Amino acid sequence: MYPSAFDYSAPGSLEEALATLAELGDEGRVLAGGQSLIPMMKLRLAAPGHLVDINRVDELAHISESNGHLAVGALARHADVASSEAVSRHNHTVASAAPWVSDPLVRNRGTLCGSVAHCDPEGDWNSVMLAVGASVVARSSSGERVIPITDFVVDFFTNSLDPGEMVTEVRIPAYQGPAGGAYLKLERKVGDYATVGVATHLVLDGSGNVAEAGLGLTAVYGHNLKVTEAEEMMAGQTPGPELFAEAAAIAASACDPDDNVRGPAEYKRAVVAEYTRRGFAQALALARGEG
Amino acid sequence: MTTVHEPRTSPEVGGIGHSVRRKEDDRFIRGAGNYLDDLNLPGMLHMAILRSPVAHARINSIDSSAAMEIEGVLAVITGEALAAHGLAWMPTLSGDTQAVLATDKVRFQGQEVAVVIATDPYIAHDALSHIDVDYEELEAITTPQQSLATSTLIRDEKEGQTDNVAYTWEAGDQDSTDAAFAAAAKVVSLDTHYPRSHPAPLETCGVVADVNSITGQATIYMTSQAPHAIRTVFALVAGLPEEKIRIVTQDIGGGFGNKVPVYPGYVVATAASLLIGKPVKWIESRTENLISTGFARDFHMHAELALDGDNRITAMRAGILSDQGAFFSDAQPTQFRAGLFHICTGSYDFPAAHVTAQGAYTNKAPGGVAYRCSFRVTEASYLIERLVDNAAHEVGVDPADFRAQNFIREDQFPYLSPTGFVYDSGNYHGAMDKAKEMIGYDGWRARQAEQNADPDATKLIGIGVASFTEVVGAGPSRQYDILGLKMFDSAELRIHPTGKAILKLGVQTQGQGHETTFAQIVAEELGIPYSDIKVMYGDTDNTPYGLGTYASRSTPVGGAATAVVSRKIRAKAQKLAAHLLEAAEEDLDWEPGKFTVKGTDQSVTIQEVAFAAYTNHPVGMEAGLEGVTYYDPPNMTYPFGTYIVVVEVDTGDGTWKVLEMVAVDDCGVRINPMIVDGQIAGGLTEGFAKANMQWITFDDDGNCIGSNFMDYLVPTAWETPRYQLGETVTPSPHHPIGAKGVGESATVGSPAAFTNAVIDALWSRGVSNIDMPVLPHRVWGALNGVEVSP
Amino acid sequence: MQITVNINGAGETRDVEPRRLLVDFIRSDAGLTGTHIGCDTSSCGACTVLLDGRPVKSCTVLAVQADGSEVKTVEGLAEGGELHPVQAAFKEHHGLQCGFCTPGMMLVGSALLEGNPDPTDEEVRWAISGNICRCTGYMNIVTAIQAAGGEGS
Ligand SMILES: Cc1cc2nc3c(=O)[nH]c(=O)nc-3n(C[C@H](O)[C@H](O)[C@H](O)COP(=O)(O)OP(=O)(O)OC[C@H]3O[C@@H](n4cnc5c(N)ncnc54)[C@H](O)[C@@H]3O)c2cc1C
Ligand code: FES
Ligand code: FES
Repeated sequence: MYPSAFDYSAPGSLEEALATLAELGDEGRVLAGGQSLIPMMKLRLAAPGHLVDINRVDELAHISESNGHLAVGALARHADVASSEAVSRHNHTVASAAPWVSDPLVRNRGTLCGSVAHCDPEGDWNSVMLAVGASVVARSSSGERVIPITDFVVDFFTNSLDPGEMVTEVRIPAYQGPAGGAYLKLERKVGDYATVGVATHLVLDGSGNVAEAGLGLTAVYGHNLKVTEAEEMMAGQTPGPELFAEAAAIAASACDPDDNVRGPAEYKRAVVAEYTRRGFAQALALARGEG
Repeated sequence: MTTVHEPRTSPEVGGIGHSVRRKEDDRFIRGAGNYLDDLNLPGMLHMAILRSPVAHARINSIDSSAAMEIEGVLAVITGEALAAHGLAWMPTLSGDTQAVLATDKVRFQGQEVAVVIATDPYIAHDALSHIDVDYEELEAITTPQQSLATSTLIRDEKEGQTDNVAYTWEAGDQDSTDAAFAAAAKVVSLDTHYPRSHPAPLETCGVVADVNSITGQATIYMTSQAPHAIRTVFALVAGLPEEKIRIVTQDIGGGFGNKVPVYPGYVVATAASLLIGKPVKWIESRTENLISTGFARDFHMHAELALDGDNRITAMRAGILSDQGAFFSDAQPTQFRAGLFHICTGSYDFPAAHVTAQGAYTNKAPGGVAYRCSFRVTEASYLIERLVDNAAHEVGVDPADFRAQNFIREDQFPYLSPTGFVYDSGNYHGAMDKAKEMIGYDGWRARQAEQNADPDATKLIGIGVASFTEVVGAGPSRQYDILGLKMFDSAELRIHPTGKAILKLGVQTQGQGHETTFAQIVAEELGIPYSDIKVMYGDTDNTPYGLGTYASRSTPVGGAATAVVSRKIRAKAQKLAAHLLEAAEEDLDWEPGKFTVKGTDQSVTIQEVAFAAYTNHPVGMEAGLEGVTYYDPPNMTYPFGTYIVVVEVDTGDGTWKVLEMVAVDDCGVRINPMIVDGQIAGGLTEGFAKANMQWITFDDDGNCIGSNFMDYLVPTAWETPRYQLGETVTPSPHHPIGAKGVGESATVGSPAAFTNAVIDALWSRGVSNIDMPVLPHRVWGALNGVEVSP
Repeated sequence: MQITVNINGAGETRDVEPRRLLVDFIRSDAGLTGTHIGCDTSSCGACTVLLDGRPVKSCTVLAVQADGSEVKTVEGLAEGGELHPVQAAFKEHHGLQCGFCTPGMMLVGSALLEGNPDPTDEEVRWAISGNICRCTGYMNIVTAIQAAGGEGS
């Protein structure tokens, strides 16, 4: 299995990368970790004309904390995210998802931003980003814009980048008070995509009620799904099994999974509900410092 | 019969019973193995295969002109071109025919339609998308039930074929079985599907065909578990003179049955090399491997047990419908159309059984290989062990006790089974008792009773037992042949003047450690250190004829040949020793490595004798010290064991995990205990894989689901359970060294143990069967009364 | 494109197409056949090499991406004729059967031990979970890697 032929550039700086992308327009395709793109090219499911490899743009490898958010650069690998102290301190949902994305070897190459850009409905990261309310920094030779993740994820393998634009960073709000989260994934083996993935995020207010809730679902809809209705319902309420069960019921009806070899839709809805309950329970324990 | 429990030889000699480290490892740990794809011959070309995207279609036309225009493409070969040489069809190992390249129709998704020969593999693959095939799609028949019901003929090209039946077969006795059922106090039944699976060795199949157009010499390097048989098949298929065919098999990256048959890729690459006059390489991709070469299992099984009022089994009935795919190409003995499935009476003593089997053609890949299994023993063992477990639950007896009550007793061996096997030896109660003790069976049952009693429990404990009996080591020539080739095997042993030796085998390693184990057999018999013995196999010009390695036959047949040829050589050595010691032959005592004159300290070593064979042999005796043996086993061997698994099922998402597992195996005498344990751990993992995740299925259009390692799931270290291994030793009474074969036991025995464990957890919740793989959604569906498919 | 990859300490310079996979560069261009290919979906790890010290699947990296990088393959594990402890341990503990997964397993094991010389059973299993073995059932691979760690520390 071999990719078909393409042209290739490996810019050494962000500026150069943006200039190359601007020049290529529709022809140009960013190559980040290559862990989705190269397999697709080998199976000839993708045949880009020109790859712009950003692996030499060292300035994009950062994971840092500033201005109340965690910034994950376009060259930060899944493995870097998994081992980052800033991440484990500042976002449990992200920290708990990282080890379950692909396998250890893929995590050494694949990037969080690449995964976000890829918009695979079975990919894990966008559910996490939807739950925690992340935003995406997009750059082109003509400037920068910050796109809320809800606007970035358009559909099945479709994001809202314009030609010539690339993701340079994903921003994740850092915890300011009592908060917690979890990512629960039903996978059949290591390296498998999710049958169902549920990202939960919970911020408590001074009296211990829900200040903010986040819920994102993987692999049970045409794209990663933010369950806004459940999030809004939970706001201001007392967290606990009853509330979580209510959120679970909303999540189960909001999703629209396929019947396939991983199970019938009914089963997947049941797992969505189960993991929503379990996930919020874990998030609550962490937010209360009991985790 | 020799019974060896404690080693007789020193660790340096390394005979039977020593866990000597493997000789072959020195090259593998340095990355210096010689696998097929590592071979590059001067001027070598590369082949890529165009495969059918659909399961059933008429081919109206093939246009390869655009592909031919690509720089670096030398040829595009279609079925029509092969037909001109009479090579468009080839015989299968089950006496059917199979298309090499499709001419009239494609009959499964992934079927070979055309090949490209190019200077570089990248170019060969580029060219595939430039071949234009006009397919006229036909209805795909994707289940054997559908196949038997429809009037559409899948094999319409086959003369005399008026239906979709590939074979019918039966064993046992219907009348006595019916009578026993009529008199039964209780009948227990089970319907289950042993799903389609694939051996998927980590190295795929491949070939480098090098046909010299001037001399006509064809040297074919390939990944084959049975190089000699392949040579003969090639001679028959291609009409090449057999002396000009040399099959060379170097290191093989796992076989598990996948590398027994002849595949279309091998034939076309050889034809291409012949046509073009250059070596041609074809390396199967993983997708090609999974969609086209060597599926296994796919048995739809119905079975019933008759019980008397005391819970003793009195009879068994089994009916099988097997899904053969488009061509009947099982690699199995000619006489047995459903392999050795009739071993399905298992470890139990009852007088009557009747087995019927029917195979149906479908629009799926052909194969039916014995995936780490002795010709359908795996399906048989699964069926009886699932059925017995359900019977125990239905009559409310502990499954271990129910088995113990019905086992063939130690004093009943040799035991004639109701389907005609003569079990050579066994001690089923011994293995069961040991397994129960190792795992702390009663303790687990107590914990289970407590934990599962809570009606709201979300974690349920289940304990699964399986007490399998295998039949391996095919086989006695009066019953066993493949395409007429009797299933003996061979060994040729030469002792060099300096006392070192070379052993040449007809069997073929794929990771089992033949270079070490077979040297240990010689070490045991002759006292020559195992490290001084080079073991050779896999080159048909330089090794004696044999049927190869599969169905756990290496040790039972090839191992026996090795022991026997060693003994022949020892007999000659004794004559030489007598000459050297100036004593009568009868006055010599033998201990491994040395002849001593009785009652004296005068002795000669085997090395001194070897030297004399070339430098100082007596007048009237031929020089040299070598021999060859073709061993025809008097019977099969019957390894057995008991496996016990404890699982915990999560009722919320239907997942289950293994908490503890014990495997007690009895494979007779263990030549190298370390290697034996390694085979068992590997086999248990394949059993777990099949019970937990690994299968191939198809959608209604015949599209293969499970065509790559993202969809065909094989477990990693993370999912794989930890095992505790135990042994009992009941030597085979008829095997020269008492060994029985072990490469497949764990794959045969363990799937039922895992499934039984999950069912055991759920029985009190009203669940009596879930087919493999026991996937989370199936568990959840069973618990919640929701129909799930697939 | 002309690239130079430092493989096991020796520079390998070639003109390659951008689409050439690193695994083909290593196997066919540099002639180091200890790195294997077991799948076409980046799933099996038979092709594992260390790229600048990190284990990666060389079938899912372009050769041009390794330009200027250090690659270590199984052939580079032994130093000066001396086996790496992981290699010795794989033989000692029967951590291999057919040997096809072995180069990848040993490389991952060696990288794990660099950072964690005394890994638990679970840590080893986690680390090698991107690599498939069809023969051994992993048990002895885990033991071998742990034993090699014990050796080094
Ligand atoms: C065996 C295996 C198992 C896997 N399992 C999982 C899993 O369980 N869960 C999961 O979520 N993923 C999984 N993946 C995918 C993996 O996580 C990828 O790393 C990820 O999806 C893409 O990231 P990448 O950096 O590799 O992107 P690439 O493959 O380089 O790119 C993917 C796409 O995103 C675009 N892109 C990348 N970076 C940018 C950017 N900065 N700006 C704009 N566009 C960009 C590319 O042009 C391309 O279209 C698996 C992959 C493999 C090979
Ligand atoms: S060859 Fe399978 S992951 Fe690279
Ligand atoms: S030893 Fe054969 S694949 Fe691991």
